Amino acid sequence: MIGAPRRFRALLARDLMLSARHAADTLAAMLFFVLAASLFPLALGPSPELLRRMAPGIVWVCALLAALLPLDRLFGAELEDGSLDQLMLCGLPAPAVALAKICAHWLSTGLPLLLASGPIALMFGLPAVAIPVLLGGLALGTLALSLIGGMAAAIVLGARRGGVLLPLLVLPLATPALIFGAAAVDAAQSGLDWHPQLLLLGAFLAGALPLCPIAAGAGLRAASE
Amino acid sequence: MNQPPPNATPGGALLEAVGLVVMRSDRLVLDGLALSVSSGQALLLTGENGAGKSTLLRALAGLCPLAAGTLRWNGGDALDDPSAHAGRIAYLGHQDALKPGLTVRENLRLAATLSGRTIAPALEAFGIAALAELPARLLSAGQKRRAALARIMLSAATLWLLDEPSLGLDDAALARFGAVLAAHRASGGMVIATTHVGLPLPDAVTLRLGP
Repeated sequence: MIGAPRRFRALLARDLMLSARHAADTLAAMLFFVLAASLFPLALGPSPELLRRMAPGIVWVCALLAALLPLDRLFGAELEDGSLDQLMLCGLPAPAVALAKICAHWLSTGLPLLLASGPIALMFGLPAVAIPVLLGGLALGTLALSLIGGMAAAIVLGARRGGVLLPLLVLPLATPALIFGAAAVDAAQSGLDWHPQLLLLGAFLAGALPLCPIAAGAGLRAASE
Repeated sequence: MNQPPPNATPGGALLEAVGLVVMRSDRLVLDGLALSVSSGQALLLTGENGAGKSTLLRALAGLCPLAAGTLRWNGGDALDDPSAHAGRIAYLGHQDALKPGLTVRENLRLAATLSGRTIAPALEAFGIAALAELPARLLSAGQKRRAALARIMLSAATLWLLDEPSLGLDDAALARFGAVLAAHRASGGMVIATTHVGLPLPDAVTLRLGP
């Protein structure tokens, strides 16, 4: 018998191996992000001033939508092939199982989005001072998105048309992250103090960190009954 | 309605269920079921389709909540600590729970890490060592079942809960499965299996569910 931390790592390793084997899914979310963000200059016109003003909002909204893409399969695939039962019996409490899957979602979706958002921000002509703020905010924000998304995915698990319900659950809950994250970049662009917004974003993440896995664990238990 | 198996030893039973009641979405599936299994014993669950065999296995695994009744392990409440209970059991459902994109070895890696055992002997025991590096999507139904059974063998659990384990197995695989079951029981392990066909479980107690 091995301890809970090693079980958690084993579960995480399994999920990362799965997402490495299905790299197309990971790339799809990142490509969606890049493509969706690139559509805005085409639709809004090439005015650098306008694009610079809108950049924080565009990057954040596109990241939010891209993080939604793989959520549907996060637990859905496990339920369909019977793996969920095995996961529930791996010796970890259900919230820990959910947290391991959520961590894997962040590493395979949130982190690539974070890497892609740097070049996108440059493309929109975001000033150099604002880019670290954008990336710092996105680092906190994508973690919060993975937590909220994982919770919602576990809750709609087994529901008919869960894929349609998912964005309806995630998007309203994710609005605080969007507001604080985009506002921090706006503040940095205008030369104002951006610390309060990032601190509020951090507080939002600190709230989501314990609550979302607990709710997700309850969802997983209900789905495996 | 269901009596404990006749030759169960009430004093020495490791797993003991008393008055199990299980509801599935407002439908009463199991009503006042009692059973006991002691070390090295095997219990075969039979009964018509829908008699509640699979539900009973899931309830014993702790996957399905009990509406009433108690499940004891070695005298104490088994479901007090769900994580500890999960360590005692290995569960095989209807589905093989294999990821089509991963190889057989990769599919079994999590179970091997959790129990600290090595994968090769389990693959050897079910005659699928040659398939270890093949993606699971290329396996036949019987080969997938063998891989799922190899995962059961990899776990360090005392109690094996098997739902129609012989589904899709050919005669040779069934003989190998029989040897694995015998070795598990000889080392003090217990088996509870549902079946509609015979399983290679000599002197197993049969519990018939349903009216």
